[in-house]
Amino acid sequence: MSMSRKDLILFFGFSAVVLLLPILAAPFGAAYPDLLQRFMIFGIFAIGFNILFGLTGYLSFGHAAFFGVGSYAAMWSFKLLSTNALPAIIFAVIVAGLFALAIGFVSLRRSGIYFSILTLAFAQMSYNLAYSVLTPITNGETGLRMALSDPRVLDRLFFSTPPGTPVPSLFGMSLSGWNGFFFSAALLLATFFLAMRITNSPFGMMLKGIKSNQNRMNYTGFNTRPYTLTAFVISGMLAGLAGSLLVVTDPLAGAERMRWTASGEVVLMTILGGVGTLVGPVLGAWIIKYFENIFSSFNANVLNNFYSFLPDGAREVAVTVSSKFVGEGWHLSLGLVFVLIVVFLPGGIMEGARRIGARFRRSNARPEARREQLSPTAAE
Amino acid sequence: MFMPSKDNVVLHVADVHKRFGGLHALADIDLQVEEGKTHAIIGPNGAGKSTLLNVIIGRLPPTSGAVVFDGTVLTGKMPHEINQLGVARVFQTPEIFADLSVLQNVMTPAFAKRDGAFRINMFRQVADETAIREEAEHMLDDVGLIDRREVHAGSLSRGDKRRLELAMCLIQKPRLLLLDEPTAGMSRHDTNTTIELLKKIKSRGMTKVIIEHDMHVVFSLADRISVLAGGRIIAEGLPDEVRGDPRVQEAYLGGAH
Repeated sequence: MSMSRKDLILFFGFSAVVLLLPILAAPFGAAYPDLLQRFMIFGIFAIGFNILFGLTGYLSFGHAAFFGVGSYAAMWSFKLLSTNALPAIIFAVIVAGLFALAIGFVSLRRSGIYFSILTLAFAQMSYNLAYSVLTPITNGETGLRMALSDPRVLDRLFFSTPPGTPVPSLFGMSLSGWNGFFFSAALLLATFFLAMRITNSPFGMMLKGIKSNQNRMNYTGFNTRPYTLTAFVISGMLAGLAGSLLVVTDPLAGAERMRWTASGEVVLMTILGGVGTLVGPVLGAWIIKYFENIFSSFNANVLNNFYSFLPDGAREVAVTVSSKFVGEGWHLSLGLVFVLIVVFLPGGIMEGARRIGARFRRSNARPEARREQLSPTAAE
Repeated sequence: MFMPSKDNVVLHVADVHKRFGGLHALADIDLQVEEGKTHAIIGPNGAGKSTLLNVIIGRLPPTSGAVVFDGTVLTGKMPHEINQLGVARVFQTPEIFADLSVLQNVMTPAFAKRDGAFRINMFRQVADETAIREEAEHMLDDVGLIDRREVHAGSLSRGDKRRLELAMCLIQKPRLLLLDEPTAGMSRHDTNTTIELLKKIKSRGMTKVIIEHDMHVVFSLADRISVLAGGRIIAEGLPDEVRGDPRVQEAYLGGAH
């Protein structure tokens, strides 16, 4: 269980940023628990997705299915067992894992675009099942929520249940507000730690080998199918964890979380932040959730105020044009940013940071660099 | 034709045919490779050399016949199962992990050797695997790539990629090593280094099947040579016998296939 200095610094640096978010996010107007909780939840989702996509090289277009399954499973645990969040997330992770095992087993028989299409098909099937066919389990388009009449076997066994609408808790502690944020933050840190350990383990190296050259892996004596399936299941379980946390903070499980747009969103987060990096997917998730929050709250009034310095005619034009990119249409802005990133910075924000860092280092250490160039390469 | 005594044979390609539609790519191939020997397969372009290697390694199923390695029938087995039995292969175009470092490229096959075809080894860290790391560094030293261990393998020159792939195969200490033109595209200097390296591992008793165009390489290394033309073995014997065989000269110079 040794960790290199670099990993320790990375982990503690990341932990510090996450735990200080309530302060750090204040200047951006994002320091309220509901939004920061979503930062944590989608950070977990993106880290899990990156284990499959970034590490193993399999692009799934159906990860929202596991997210949604996690939500439903957690809600059923709230209804049947207890309002305690712990059994709910454990149950959600197990159910999402089993679900991923079944879908992964079939989808991983193909690779490349065919794998992506298979996962997309399974996710759309799951969405339709949740939306209409399985209404007794999912409560269809209304969504599943807690009710006073729920059995909650464990709760009723040990306590007299309090009156009023049941809400998720953690051993009696309320999970609303900042408590919920720190609960999700602890799980994000655990997920980050797990992802870091996997990335630096021999198992992670095998996954990278599969991404790099699956043919060579086979001729090197590896049975690659169980490796990819394990990565798929881990990634599905983390999506289930994220889905269950969303229900902990907002006790309503709906089918729309399984739509293909939700699957596409986690792909965007990962690519925007930096595929295959540890911190990148989390950054991507934060940025997308932050701007979703900002842009979707804009309306004609806000825009009119923003452009108040313009003369009347010009203001109307500016407002009409900008309004297409905000509010309901904020996905248009997201799409544009995504296109720019993929074209100019395919490694995402992390590559941008690396480039800037490299430029700094070059200008600082120029004499040394020159010396290095002069010395002959030892391999020749 | 001299036939080796049966109990020394480690690889037996028995009566293999391979057809692609109407094309008879391999016909009536019977090949026996003795333990510890280097067996070269030569022949003009399109003779079926690479097809034969692909059949041996399990990449292509033969239309009929079988490949037997050390008493085990390889035909129908998956590539990773064949590797786990002790067969490694160097490809014509180097198959390496371009996105991993040179050192990781060599460590990966060492894990396959130690842990088998599948093991969830995620609670240890690569940094803790000092034994495998040292073994890999030793191997890289052998092939002259030790100074480039931290470099991305994709950025190596073609010759270095070949040496890296060779190191990836050798670290597994395979009982049988299949080499598909291991010196193609190398400079004369690199070719000679590779010949020296292959001679060195020969002294460790590794059996090798080698496909090669370069006659200098073939005659420096081979104990026996089979000549393939038009999908058939037209001659087989010791290097000197093959060199003087008129049928071989015709196949190479007369284009009679």
